[in-house]
Amino acid sequence: MTASNQTGNAIIDAFREQVLNAAKNGTKLSIEGGATKSWYGNPNSFTKLDTRSYSGILEYQPEELVITACAGTPLREIEAVLKEKNQMLAFEPPHFGEQATFGGAIAAGLAGPGRISVGNFRDFVLGARILDGKGQDLAFGGKVMKNVAGYDVSRLLPGSMGTLSLLLEASVKVLPRPAATATLRCQISQENALRVLNEWAGQPLPLSASCWIGSSTGDGELSIRLAGAAAAVKAALPLISSLVMASEVDPHTAEIFWNDLREQQLSAFGKLSGDQTLYRLALPAACGKITIPNAVDELILEWHGQQRWIKAPGDEATFTAIKNIASSHGGHATRFKQGANLDPAFQRFTLLTEQAHSKALETVQERLRSAFDPAGVFATKRLP
Amino acid sequence: MVLMNMVTPPPDLAAITALQSKLVSALRPILPEYALLWEPEDTIPYECDGLAAYRRMPLAVALPETEEQVAQILKICFEMQIPVVPRGSGTGLSGGAMPISQGLVLSLAKLKKILSIDPFTRTAVVQPGVRNLAISEAVAHLGLYYAPDPSSQIACSIGGNVNENSGGVHCLKYGLTLHNVLRVRGILMNGEIVEFGSLAPDSPGLDLLAIVMGSEGMLAVVTEVTVKLVAKPKLARVIMASFDDIEKGGNAVAAIIAAGIIPAGLEMMDKATTRAVEEFVHAGYDLDATAILLCESDGTPEEVAEEIERMTKVLEESGASGIQISKDESERLKFWSGRKNAFPAAGRLAPDYYCMDGTIPRRHIATLLKRIAGMEEKYGLGCLNVFHAGDGNMHPLILFNGADQDEWHRAEEFGTEILEACVELGGTITGEHGVGIEKINSMCVQFGEGERESFWGVKSAFDPEKLLNPDKAIPTLNRCAEYGRMRISGGKLPHPELERF
Repeated sequence: MTASNQTGNAIIDAFREQVLNAAKNGTKLSIEGGATKSWYGNPNSFTKLDTRSYSGILEYQPEELVITACAGTPLREIEAVLKEKNQMLAFEPPHFGEQATFGGAIAAGLAGPGRISVGNFRDFVLGARILDGKGQDLAFGGKVMKNVAGYDVSRLLPGSMGTLSLLLEASVKVLPRPAATATLRCQISQENALRVLNEWAGQPLPLSASCWIGSSTGDGELSIRLAGAAAAVKAALPLISSLVMASEVDPHTAEIFWNDLREQQLSAFGKLSGDQTLYRLALPAACGKITIPNAVDELILEWHGQQRWIKAPGDEATFTAIKNIASSHGGHATRFKQGANLDPAFQRFTLLTEQAHSKALETVQERLRSAFDPAGVFATKRLP
Repeated sequence: MVLMNMVTPPPDLAAITALQSKLVSALRPILPEYALLWEPEDTIPYECDGLAAYRRMPLAVALPETEEQVAQILKICFEMQIPVVPRGSGTGLSGGAMPISQGLVLSLAKLKKILSIDPFTRTAVVQPGVRNLAISEAVAHLGLYYAPDPSSQIACSIGGNVNENSGGVHCLKYGLTLHNVLRVRGILMNGEIVEFGSLAPDSPGLDLLAIVMGSEGMLAVVTEVTVKLVAKPKLARVIMASFDDIEKGGNAVAAIIAAGIIPAGLEMMDKATTRAVEEFVHAGYDLDATAILLCESDGTPEEVAEEIERMTKVLEESGASGIQISKDESERLKFWSGRKNAFPAAGRLAPDYYCMDGTIPRRHIATLLKRIAGMEEKYGLGCLNVFHAGDGNMHPLILFNGADQDEWHRAEEFGTEILEACVELGGTITGEHGVGIEKINSMCVQFGEGERESFWGVKSAFDPEKLLNPDKAIPTLNRCAEYGRMRISGGKLPHPELERF
């Protein structure tokens, strides 16, 4: 399972050599694991640094609720080991392909349906070992739940898309799988779905995930996942069912549904036409129904409406309009996936400089990156 | 308590007085008279925080009442290149708010308004000086509360909590400050107002909110915090289990977690603590037990019943010699009263106590406790062990008499040895109290030169001039080199009579 220390050191030495050479030659490196999310973020054609040789679970003791693994470890290997001990990565990171790696999932920083109840990837990262742009082998954080020694550098890595440093190893908190799970489904308008979900979230109910799929103008189907102690789920089921006239989905169908949602395999995600873009909107809980001009009628709301997936034309004007709508509600938008006919050079993210109170952070972010990577080896702009 | 000798070079009194009057006249136009203190009799309450052994007088203390004033103060100090030490309620236990002799103390205590509460989105926007407990009190009528509950919650401020990433008794289940804050509005040292995080689930760019959390007032001055509120559990019950062996108690902690249970609280007290607190609170603790474990479950009545049953079974299988389950709320509070009063109880046993804060992997709890017992002999000082067992966060309370200089030195050495043992066992020198000025030398043990250099890089990204609380948390290269030389002789100080650093 684990590469021996000697092999491990040799692999890290090879990584270091690649990093130092790039620094010397003034070139950049695009870090890649299983390439399952290579379409995500701003594209580049720099030399790849393949992390998959550095693979293996380094430490896992279920009673510590922590797993430590190398960046190149297949994500499914980690999940399988956790499942054996009835534990899980509770934020359900999407794989987007068989070959997804642990490091890739961290760099992307994405989370699945459970995110709304348990938190984001960064909430679970406890420590990391990295190779910075100077080839220094550094360790931050640790393997314990509470640790405030030094700045929390390891939590900067989730979502950094390989633009800060090369992740070698990470320690991530895991949780027991819930003792019981149940899924309910009902027909409901978007406005009502947003209302009831927020109301329930403020009550002691075992609400674990939600998904509303429907027409931007009319009704839709709301799926609600309950998870927790068996008694809590059992007590919440009739309560929620009666409030929205929902019926229970059989466990097998439900499991497939939540997994397909996480992996964007549901028919609602469908196929993108050449000129279309799948936009991701991250919005505050207070944001009600919004209308995107020229968007496809069917849309998907996750995380009680805080994450919305909308298909619309991929041109610059549409993205600008969507960014403005998201920003006006206190959120932001991403070109998550774009059609084949669109210009690959299109900026995929909302910039810090585009939002009033984060403008000054652009300089901070740049200085932060150059502190770890003065030569700009990882400055691929995959995340601006 | 004791006066500590710190790095300060012999002060040139005339130069300091001149700088002080320059600073005071620059700040006067923007602050009302009562909000600017510089006479020693007014600034003396600010010479230390909750760690009273480390004291120093600042040039002046500013007590702004608006964000605009905070920004102006920072701009002025930035222009004058005067270091600033932000301060909340002053309850910190690591000296993170200890003044800098030629610097300003910036108290955020007067920014204490709860700006808004939104039950629909379960959030509240509060100013940094709002007390932790005041948030929960303000939203209690809505069936909500703010989950992180550090022991000092009655007094400590939310701004301080953000800067220390404070935990508490319930953070095993509900998370740390980091997990319960959505957005922080703050001001950089150059006076620029910025926002970290947002009300949305994520924000553009790198996750700078994550690095501001627990940054000990060194990256930005917090002026507003948006906290997450959670539904108040309908019921809470606690199991009090006795163990005749520390090892069995430690293993029971691991067994509960391994059984797939995340208790709302999981705390342990050793025999010395139990005896000390029992005398103080009369809660009916088992005085023969070597270790007492408090194990709390919260949620709906159905949930709690299920969890209590499962936990009881695990505790029995782990060899508990006695088990009591709280019958009602008053009994639950009674069971907790000893744990909550461990500090005052320690205060009755000795004139002073020194509270440590290392965290270790749960499986090493018994190992560390045994080592601490050995250290009690070695240093000739007693130690109470009371801690957040669920997350391996230990709080040994070293008992000493501060009037005796030698005892204080032994207490410090004792503490340092505990922290080094925590690092050796795969843990950390501080779980929730912060490094501050107190554990700055231990940072040399936990981190190598490369990491410490990176920390300075992070610091410079936010504050290139290194003016914001610059002498805390991150040791300089020189300091660690000096520390390394000093510790060569096996923990024995070569010249204990000399000023250290």
